[in-house]
Amino acid sequence: MALLQIHEPGETPLPHEDERQIAVGIDLGTTNSVVAISRDETPEVLRDKSGGNAIVPSVVYYGEDTPVVGEAARDHINTDASRVVSSVKRLMGRGIEDVKSLAGTLPYDVEVPEKSDDDSAGPMMVRLNVGNRVLTPVEVSADILRALRTRAEESLDQPVEKAVITVPAYFDDGARTATKDAATLAGIEVLRLVNEPTAAALAYGLDNGAEGLYAVYDLGGGTFDISLLKMQKGVFQVKATGGDAALGGDDFDHAIAEHLLALRKDGGATDALDASDAKRLLKTARKVKEGLTDSDAVDVAVDLNGSETSHSVTRSDFEAMIAKLVSRTTAITEQVLDDADVLPEDVKGVVLVGGSTRVPAVRKAVADLFEQEPLSNIDPDEVVALGAALQAEALTGGSDNLLLDVTPLSLGLETMGGIVEKVIDRNTPIPVAKGQEFTTYQDGQSAMMIHVVQGEREMVDQCRSLARFALTGIPSMAAGAARIRVQFNVDADGLLTVSAREETTGVEQEVAVKPTYGINEVDMANMLRDSMVHAREDMLMRLLTEARVEAKRNILAVQAAMDADRALLTPEDDKNINNAIANLEAAMGGDDRDVINDAAEALENASRPFAESRMDSRIRQALTGQNVDAVN
Amino acid sequence: MSNTGTEDTGTMKHPAHKVCWSCKGPVEASALFCDTCNAIQAPGQLDHFKRFGLERSFVVDIDGVEATYLKQQQKLHPDRFASKSPREQALSSQQAASLNEAFETLKNPVARAHYMLRLAGVEPEGGGGHTVNDPELLMEAMEMREALDDADNRMTVDAMIKDTRKQARACENDLADAFAKDAFDTAKKLTTRLRYLMKMTEEARAKKSRLAAA
Repeated sequence: MALLQIHEPGETPLPHEDERQIAVGIDLGTTNSVVAISRDETPEVLRDKSGGNAIVPSVVYYGEDTPVVGEAARDHINTDASRVVSSVKRLMGRGIEDVKSLAGTLPYDVEVPEKSDDDSAGPMMVRLNVGNRVLTPVEVSADILRALRTRAEESLDQPVEKAVITVPAYFDDGARTATKDAATLAGIEVLRLVNEPTAAALAYGLDNGAEGLYAVYDLGGGTFDISLLKMQKGVFQVKATGGDAALGGDDFDHAIAEHLLALRKDGGATDALDASDAKRLLKTARKVKEGLTDSDAVDVAVDLNGSETSHSVTRSDFEAMIAKLVSRTTAITEQVLDDADVLPEDVKGVVLVGGSTRVPAVRKAVADLFEQEPLSNIDPDEVVALGAALQAEALTGGSDNLLLDVTPLSLGLETMGGIVEKVIDRNTPIPVAKGQEFTTYQDGQSAMMIHVVQGEREMVDQCRSLARFALTGIPSMAAGAARIRVQFNVDADGLLTVSAREETTGVEQEVAVKPTYGINEVDMANMLRDSMVHAREDMLMRLLTEARVEAKRNILAVQAAMDADRALLTPEDDKNINNAIANLEAAMGGDDRDVINDAAEALENASRPFAESRMDSRIRQALTGQNVDAVN
Repeated sequence: MSNTGTEDTGTMKHPAHKVCWSCKGPVEASALFCDTCNAIQAPGQLDHFKRFGLERSFVVDIDGVEATYLKQQQKLHPDRFASKSPREQALSSQQAASLNEAFETLKNPVARAHYMLRLAGVEPEGGGGHTVNDPELLMEAMEMREALDDADNRMTVDAMIKDTRKQARACENDLADAFAKDAFDTAKKLTTRLRYLMKMTEEARAKKSRLAAA
């Protein structure tokens, strides 16, 4: 029994070890965010101190002091609108080209940084001018995550350092990396990035024990996602996914705001709106939208430039305004069904996610398309966080369920003439590793430019540029003689690493695809240091934990081998190995990583003769040509 | 004919062994886990059919393969190793990626045919700078594409999708025959044809959604 205790370092020396295992699920939304925890496969959202609201508006107010997040930040819209940042998720991992398409839809001043000197960098992320600060979307998101972490710690009364964070399935690589960076800034270790629709399905699937094909229709504040999932024997398999990273309930608000302005103009008013007017008007528009969920008409007063006007907006007015937006979602849905070779009637259930699915016209469009009433018995604002919490529990405590996700967008390389050569198609299950061979097109060519892009279009300039790097040092060869293998690896978080290697010589380059923030690496490192006072301790702690995990594995492996082949164990080896194990166990009780690693190495040395005789014995058995299974 | 059971076919008399990275003892080269210390192993150079315990054949019981695939992912996926050492996490990621590749290859008839051709030492047409050399097929494809361009309603496109699908199914049957007879030249031609038919179906579907959106 004493030995067994030592086998579980999680239960031994460190008093904080258990608490550190706490992992929450975070839905970091465009408009609203939610944090949840799951215990014994029962997830629950974490509410504010008064036990009231689960929702934290993804709004940050940058006053003179520390940033204020949530409802309190939203209250500043009426008084100090230029310092209030909302919908920042739309800018995550985004660069110059995106800002053009978003122009006018953002209620704050966006600055596009100058191109950096470092040409190898990917697309430059935008910055925001807020009050007297210049902020990256990553920093703003980190402030929101910090607030969620604080809420979780207050609610659970213990430190929270690990989380599963959800992202739209349609998020590209840059936006995923930016999300992970924001978590790092907030002092949160991301166990896994999980796609929002997958998380929602997880929340529903566990509740209902569902089997079959399900669609998740997720219309949030700023993003639209549609995913098809097959659930069978505890495995959630994403079959196909699609969406629009810039389409959501915010657009409904804009439509109403424009409608109200048009009504005022008809009444003779001429409104020149500044940023704070626009924010107040949008707030009014959102109230109208929410009112129209239960009422057929809403009366509204608009007070701009000192003139107040009254208007009535009917539900059918509203539905006419958003008809185009809603049909864009159904067109994307049909495309995804086609991708998966599925007819609407094959879908067993439709899950609704996101506050915008409360809009009756949206529900009706979904019901019409699938010819069935969608499921909505879990609060659409909470369902994603609940699923994320379940996944966080599964990753830390084990689970019978498994999520198998896919890449949302095709990944490829630029080839001659600006044409994209796809290396990984969209909807490929992850993790995935795929390589493609290229060659040089000029005699004596010593370098090759590798340009990684993401998207479905055929031309490079119509896809998102993820990274550019050069493979240099290719030895002089005739055109077409070099064999350059470009390897794409997408991990379980959906993050891409690309490496290139010249096969005949072994020259190799590798890049992790990272968005740049318009600030250099040193600044980013400083930012990280400033925000994480305990960064160094955290890292040392992690290395120590890793050393312990590795040592434990080592001991278990050697003991298993001793049990399996006791006949081959000489008394001397037996003694040496047991001594080495005892030393290593003692070292694991301490907190010096080097001592643990040295003891682990000593164990490896002590057990080497035994391992060699096991190997020899197996080879001898194989050489005698008899059935090895019988000997074992 | 097709054995969709586990990895162990029971026919290997001399399984090749390698050293387990964890307990340093012997482990079968194709094993996913060490049978002594249970540590996850690196994926070997296992062919996609063997990974699912199958004989090499164009006819594949996809449902059976999928069942094995899911069972193996339950054991190998990185989510199962989230609290393990970095090395085990990396090996799990490699194993899951190899398993995904094997499943994706067997699932898709064109990918499966390309893979079988390459295993037989025959380079399929259309990839890697090879051009398609089949005037009849090129003509047929051109006609299909023109018909698709002219189609102006979803019904017509639907009929075309149905037709190309039927042809694709027939082509798959012919491919199975060709592979069964080791007639790789025929198989190569049929593979190119199947690839075209799949591409046409895809284009027709895209056209259908364009018509729907209009």
